[in-house]
Amino acid sequence: MTRQLAPHPSAKPKRPPGRSAKVPRRRWTARTRRDFFVFLAMALPNLVLIAVFTYRPLFSNMYYSTLDWTLGSPTASVVGLANYVTFFTSNDAPKVLGTTAVFTLVTVGGSMILGLLVALALNAKVRGTTFARSAVFAPYILSGVGVGLVWLFIFDPGYGVLAWLLRGIGQQSPQWINDPQLSLVMVILVYVWKNLGYCAVVYLAGLQSLPQEVMEAASLDGANGFRRFLSISLPLLSPTTFFLLITTLLSSLQAFDLIRIMTPLGTGTSTLIYEAYLQAFGAYNRAGYSAAISVVLFAILLVITVLQLRFVERKVHYS
Amino acid sequence: MTSLSPVSPDPAIAEPDPGLRRDRPFSRRNLLKTVVGGYLPLLVATLVVFLPLLWMVLSSFKQSGEIVTTDLKILPESLNLENYRTAMTTVPFGQFFLNSTIVTLAGATVKVLLAILTAYALVFVRFPFRNFIFLLILVALMVPPQVSILPNFILIAGIGGKNTLWGIILPGLGTAFGTFLLRQHFRTLPASILESAEMDGAGHWRRLWQIVVPVSVPSIATVALVTIVTEWNDYIWPLIITDRPETMTLPVGLTLLQNNESNAAGWGVLMAGAVLVIVPILIIFAALQRYIVAGLTQGSVTG
Repeated sequence: MTRQLAPHPSAKPKRPPGRSAKVPRRRWTARTRRDFFVFLAMALPNLVLIAVFTYRPLFSNMYYSTLDWTLGSPTASVVGLANYVTFFTSNDAPKVLGTTAVFTLVTVGGSMILGLLVALALNAKVRGTTFARSAVFAPYILSGVGVGLVWLFIFDPGYGVLAWLLRGIGQQSPQWINDPQLSLVMVILVYVWKNLGYCAVVYLAGLQSLPQEVMEAASLDGANGFRRFLSISLPLLSPTTFFLLITTLLSSLQAFDLIRIMTPLGTGTSTLIYEAYLQAFGAYNRAGYSAAISVVLFAILLVITVLQLRFVERKVHYS
Repeated sequence: MTSLSPVSPDPAIAEPDPGLRRDRPFSRRNLLKTVVGGYLPLLVATLVVFLPLLWMVLSSFKQSGEIVTTDLKILPESLNLENYRTAMTTVPFGQFFLNSTIVTLAGATVKVLLAILTAYALVFVRFPFRNFIFLLILVALMVPPQVSILPNFILIAGIGGKNTLWGIILPGLGTAFGTFLLRQHFRTLPASILESAEMDGAGHWRRLWQIVVPVSVPSIATVALVTIVTEWNDYIWPLIITDRPETMTLPVGLTLLQNNESNAAGWGVLMAGAVLVIVPILIIFAALQRYIVAGLTQGSVTG
């Protein structure tokens, strides 16, 4: 499962509570020294792990991306930016970037729009919403591998449920597996199914925190449900929409499990992350080239994150 | 009707029976609206989620003759466990299950422990550049593990971690997510309770375990559950670092099973495998969904 967590703006560093600034100097130094070591003992293992396994790879990737290097080979030659040049001038770049763009935009748009609709349904004042909310959220936490297999069976052109339903109305099942474009459609549908519950629950929290008096006032003014939603709820939900846009963008760009299990060869479904995987760990073992693609992906993720931080600072707060 | 009429212009409110007020969902005039506008969408959304999973469970009991047929049968003829048996014997599924359990429990225990310690240090222990360190943790949250797989593979394989359980666990042990979440919670604790403990001579260690941890159980449970779910489902890293069945986790083992059962008759076996991966998490989710949902949607509620 991919999870991205955007820190809330209120998460900015602040002074810890309950520290008196004035303490006698001698005690201060003794305590400071003790605190210094206590801090290191408590935090250092985690910090070292983060440094080694999260930060170091970013720089290693940049270095590897300048190498012509077969994974497993003891020797590599420095080729400068040749891997990037190869990627951007070959057929790979338009294909991979195009697939990434389609996959990302459709899954983000699809899960946000459907998520909002489901959130509206969950916001109805009827019994059973608590159960439905959990049910809708469930696919989000399930193994992508398991879920991918289940849907692969449903999509099976020979013996799947979908083929059976289509036969019922006299249609042939499309070749979901063999046709590259249909493969992409299939993976997108399943990805949206798996992730829309997350959007629904976040939107529901947003809907439930809308100021009731505004909604009632609009209702008294004679605005019907749809008008109220369009001109009041939706604008007031813009912080939630923005938050979801960023988090789902980041996680869609990292989608791996479903693509790997449903279309192992990546025919038609090779996004940046999948291409980076295939190049290094698929048939080719092209470590340097794979690292270059990872760096491109990281650059895109970085731009989105920076945009997020800038916007969060500025304009997303309506109320 | 003149404007002086005391009768409300809304006919529903003018109903003589007070029991049939407008907002009664099951009043005669609202019944249709409640069903179509309230229950129907809920039902559809719930079914869209449940039917594929139900199909998985039903199919896992079907024999190949019931699956390889154009005449779809919804219910299996019997609760036949043959597929589960086949799944266990074609690949060492019991071993996968054990490996997944070990990786999940060991990984989650260490991660929660590290998150508690780091968050406590960040909030309650004086240290230079504390805020800068927190900023580095925040940034680490944004770095996707997927872009790190090649360098981590080279490092772990280089120190002999290929096809070992520690090799699967180690790179994921550093926890930015848990640290972030617990730090946010620890900051809301009243300083007074810690100050009085400090007065009594309790050191950091005692303050952490006797005060901070006991009052933070719900937040720690949230971090623990989210970590357990993530570790159990983790796929890309175990896929890369293992290629021998003895050390594969369930999701990787399921991929192996998929390669072995690639004909149509294998669907029942694959669904049995999928059940073994999905159902444990579904059970945990059903029992403790409150914490999991809160943890995973954390940061979304703007205040």
